[in-house]
Amino acid sequence: MAAPEATGAPKGTAAQLLRFFEELRSEGVAIGTSEILDSFSALDEVAWTDPRDFREALAATVAKSQEDRRVFDLLFDRHFFRAAEAEALDRTLQEERFGGGENLDLDELRRSVMDAISDGSDGEMRDLARLAIAAFGQRGERSGVIGVDVQRIRRSLGLQAGGRGEPSDDEPLTLDRESLKQFEGHLRRELERAMIERSGKLPPARPLAELDRALPTSPAQDLAAVHRAVTQLKRRIATLGHEQRGRQRSPIVDVRRTMRASLETGGVPLRLKHRPRRPRRPEIYVLCDVSTSVSSASVFFLSVLHALHDSFRKLRSFVFIERISEVTEVFEHERDFRRISERISSEGGVADVSGYTDYGRVWLEFLGEIADELGPRSTVIVLGDARTNGREPHADVFGHVAERAGRTFWLNPEPRLYWNYGDSVMAAYEPYCDGAFECWTTKHLENFVNVVAGGLPAPA
Amino acid sequence: VAETATPNSVADVKARLEEVGYLAGESAALVSYLAQQLGKPILVEGPAGVGKTELAKALSRATGRRLVRLQCYEGLDEAKALYEWNYRKQLLRIQAESTEGADGGWEQARGDIFSEEFLLTRPLMDAITSEEPVVLLIDEIDKTDQEFEAMLLEVLSDFQISIPELGVIEARTRPVVALTSNNSRELTEALKRRCLYLWLDYPDVDRELEIVRLHTPELDEDLARRLVEVIHMVRSLDLKKPPSIAESIDWARTLLLIGAEDIDRETFESSMNIIVKHRSDIDLVAERVAVKLEGGSPAETPGS
Repeated sequence: MAAPEATGAPKGTAAQLLRFFEELRSEGVAIGTSEILDSFSALDEVAWTDPRDFREALAATVAKSQEDRRVFDLLFDRHFFRAAEAEALDRTLQEERFGGGENLDLDELRRSVMDAISDGSDGEMRDLARLAIAAFGQRGERSGVIGVDVQRIRRSLGLQAGGRGEPSDDEPLTLDRESLKQFEGHLRRELERAMIERSGKLPPARPLAELDRALPTSPAQDLAAVHRAVTQLKRRIATLGHEQRGRQRSPIVDVRRTMRASLETGGVPLRLKHRPRRPRRPEIYVLCDVSTSVSSASVFFLSVLHALHDSFRKLRSFVFIERISEVTEVFEHERDFRRISERISSEGGVADVSGYTDYGRVWLEFLGEIADELGPRSTVIVLGDARTNGREPHADVFGHVAERAGRTFWLNPEPRLYWNYGDSVMAAYEPYCDGAFECWTTKHLENFVNVVAGGLPAPA
Repeated sequence: VAETATPNSVADVKARLEEVGYLAGESAALVSYLAQQLGKPILVEGPAGVGKTELAKALSRATGRRLVRLQCYEGLDEAKALYEWNYRKQLLRIQAESTEGADGGWEQARGDIFSEEFLLTRPLMDAITSEEPVVLLIDEIDKTDQEFEAMLLEVLSDFQISIPELGVIEARTRPVVALTSNNSRELTEALKRRCLYLWLDYPDVDRELEIVRLHTPELDEDLARRLVEVIHMVRSLDLKKPPSIAESIDWARTLLLIGAEDIDRETFESSMNIIVKHRSDIDLVAERVAVKLEGGSPAETPGS
């Protein structure tokens, strides 16, 4: 085989599948040997020739959560695409590339693409993707970078996802986002295939970009992903108290329930019943840095918290850049993520002149206005990158705030590696916090919310 | 109904499920088929009201097997799920023995009172010991705690139950097992490893339309489509409790009852409490959806 990773590796489908599982494992999907055995026996039961059955059977035995399934789908396409290409290279197969792209009318092409997309016909889309690439290549606008080319082709065909696109002159553009993505997928694959054929070798395999799994960095980027994350978290948190009750019982015996249970055993209290442990419902004050360096992560974070506000006794949110401003009300009236971020940026009034974060001033203002209300029950959460832009950090003032509050947490949207690097003064604030967390994936976020609601112990 | 023979293809499973009134998606049919072929439990996850429990019920109807259901809740323990010794009967037995005067000694009494006669079977035990093959539904497994999951492992992988006083009771027939979860907590790896995984989501418009039509065939097709579109619109809002498939069907029945011919604003507002059941959700839906319904179908109102 020509592929470098395949030298000396056994051929055949079983080996191919094992390589696929290996790749899944390296992306963090836990696959045990028993699962591999299961998947093989499952494949005995379905027709191998049906791509959908093949894929579903594999997924059912190997990907055991929604998150795993997402990784599975991402990798499945890539892996088997690469496998097929490697095989083709091996046997030096060449496909007849589509000709005739040169004298294609762009408008006509566009119309048939639209039809194919709204029909959702897979083969049709693939053929058209090739045509589009051919036509596009003719005009000599290729950049050579696949991602860029895909977007250029999409734009030159005038394809837009429905929703915010203004209806164009002749026809209403109502492609839904999903099918458009599908078409883009075809474009990408065909471009990649052409590139492999040209260069005669496979590009090196890369792990899935960490970004694919990280918190969405811009609100418009992938609303569906944000939504998924939020609903999942919401469900988890709503039942958080319940799950723990079974494990850590309160030391206080519930006499009434014990007596009642004892009737079963003739009045002998064989089993002690304990009072249920009440979940902690803290008062929460959130302070969010909304300067450009962190804004989307923090707005996302705020909306998650507000989606959860049933779980907390009281929740007040503040945003800050140079000054601080309360935005609790915005969240009470708006639910749409995008609108929230618009309103915050238009009404927040938190930037003064420079638009650079001034942590020191923020602590002073917060201490002056709110600190009287802080008590042992309250939890202060700061979300920010602790980049002071060279201004005075006033860590002692922050210390006062932390002292008054019951608990103080700091969430940093940057990976721990970057803390205290450049103008980040995380080290000055960290000693005052009960916990400082990095928070740039939904997993981090979930872990953190668990800690706040009294679930897990804070990691050291 | 259908005979208990094992199905021979995915399409077969799908057709049988459809016969008993359950329109399974591709993956649901495939996983059900695999579960029957491989004898592995299915773990079904998904939002509330997408037909997870219904899938198990339909499987039982389609295969002609009895359905044994274990509804999970917080604090569910072995005594309620597996088996329990019948204390009262045991006490009576001991008393009867001592009044009869026939003192057979403790050894004999112990042998007697710890026999199957004094065992109260609970759902899991019931499913294992049943003469006929059954469908075992373990509903909302995420409501229980982790210890309970651990206890299930023996039942799910080996289909047997160990009772210290009696020994191991093995399954006479292999049940089809379905576990459902609302994903309110992460289940343990050990449990997941023993199951086939199926994620059910809300169906797309066309499939939901089929489902609604299947259950209320009298409803006008255009009206049904309209109804499903509105439901999808409502689901796209960020609600506390999005409407389930069952609620779409209820709503369709309601529209039939009140003889509605179109879903206009008035009809919607008077009957929306069938699909939306939270104070704040009702406000939101009234504000966002009802407004769009004013005069004419939403499909025709340009650029909302």
